[in-house]
Amino acid sequence: MSATEHRGQEPSGGVEARVSSDGETLERVPSRGRAFRRLGLGLIAAGAAWVVLYVANERVWDVVFYELAGLDPATRLGSAVHFFFYDTAKIMLLIVGLIFVISLARSSIPPERVRDLIVGRHVAVGFGLAAVFGALTPFCSCSSVPLFIGFVAAGVPLGVTLTFLITSPLINQIGVVMLAGMVGWEIAALYVLTGMAMAIVAGVVLSRCNLERWVDPFVTDIAVPAGIDGGKPTLSDRVEFAKVETIDIVRSVWVYVLVGIGIGAGIHGWVPADFFATTGIADSVWAVPAATLAGVPLYANVAGVVPLIEAVHAKGLGLGTAMAFMMSIVALSLPAMILLKRVMRLPLLAIYVATVTLGIIGIGFIFDLIT
Amino acid sequence: MDIKVLGPGCNNCVTLEARTRDALDDLGTDATIEKVTDTAQIMGYGVMATPGLVIDGNVVVSGRVPSVKQLTKLMKG
Repeated sequence: MSATEHRGQEPSGGVEARVSSDGETLERVPSRGRAFRRLGLGLIAAGAAWVVLYVANERVWDVVFYELAGLDPATRLGSAVHFFFYDTAKIMLLIVGLIFVISLARSSIPPERVRDLIVGRHVAVGFGLAAVFGALTPFCSCSSVPLFIGFVAAGVPLGVTLTFLITSPLINQIGVVMLAGMVGWEIAALYVLTGMAMAIVAGVVLSRCNLERWVDPFVTDIAVPAGIDGGKPTLSDRVEFAKVETIDIVRSVWVYVLVGIGIGAGIHGWVPADFFATTGIADSVWAVPAATLAGVPLYANVAGVVPLIEAVHAKGLGLGTAMAFMMSIVALSLPAMILLKRVMRLPLLAIYVATVTLGIIGIGFIFDLIT
Repeated sequence: MDIKVLGPGCNNCVTLEARTRDALDDLGTDATIEKVTDTAQIMGYGVMATPGLVIDGNVVVSGRVPSVKQLTKLMKG
């Protein structure tokens, strides 16, 4: 860190005035400690503010709609409006708080480092690591091709690479946070565990099938230099990273959250409670496979899907069916497949999609059995 | 300064390019910005997660979109 940069961070610091070019190391320590403390206090204050808002959210809408606006909680309109505002605020708070914490935690694990961790380990460890890091690190779908090449060309077995590629979109951090907030922590945890288990099983099965011949040969021809290392980030780097990440995520999902919860509120208010039971959908053996297949071609933001899952589940649709629908929407998307087509030959792509589809159907049945 | 934005052209890559231009404006520095969209070339930089940013041959960002403030800091070196 240069002296100029240093002064830039602490413009009002009296200590820096005495800094000379060779005295820089001497003065850096107290000033960095102060910045660190200030950052720490800021984080604690932000955490406290978050808790206050979260607790206040439970009460404030009762007062606003039922006491001030005079809506009746027993009417459809009253409960739908209350549900919409209460749930939107709650979900946005959860997303902001938890995504910030998750981003802070994973600011030091870029995929290059994950790859370096996996290369050379026993293949069983590789599957486990791929699933864990796949769940922790989201990547935009256009990164799937460079990731695939980077893993395979570095010597990560194809099956392990596929486990990573399946877990990453499937265990979506926003999906997990919203499920936890709307359906329950147990369900969110079950989703994470079964999703990772499914990705590992799918990876192991696929690795048994000798699929390397269907990987486009150009993948192995690319010379991939060893992973770049940006150095160890400081706390302020991490906080900055987490802040930017949280703002970007909120900016990209808030519309879907609003629309999803809006439709969910509509379902809560106007769809009869026994809708799925009376139409026979809830009891059908075909509900889970049908929901899974219906979700494959659909591509929607997970933030918009979770509120619908919650609403239809509240109306009696089996959780397995609802979850299978959500998982096939997020795990298998047409844009991602088109990109992967560039590195995987059609048979491999087809086997990959079929395996994941079957895995999701399996998870759907597991959910129905447990709940 | 020679800047390359690595990425096949998804939203994140577009955002990164826009923020890079903003950061350059803030600094008042002249630079050439080149977009690298070819996968093999992107991989050649050792970048596995897009978008990536290369300044004078050094990869400074991969797999995320930093803020304009962070980019300005990176460009100052």
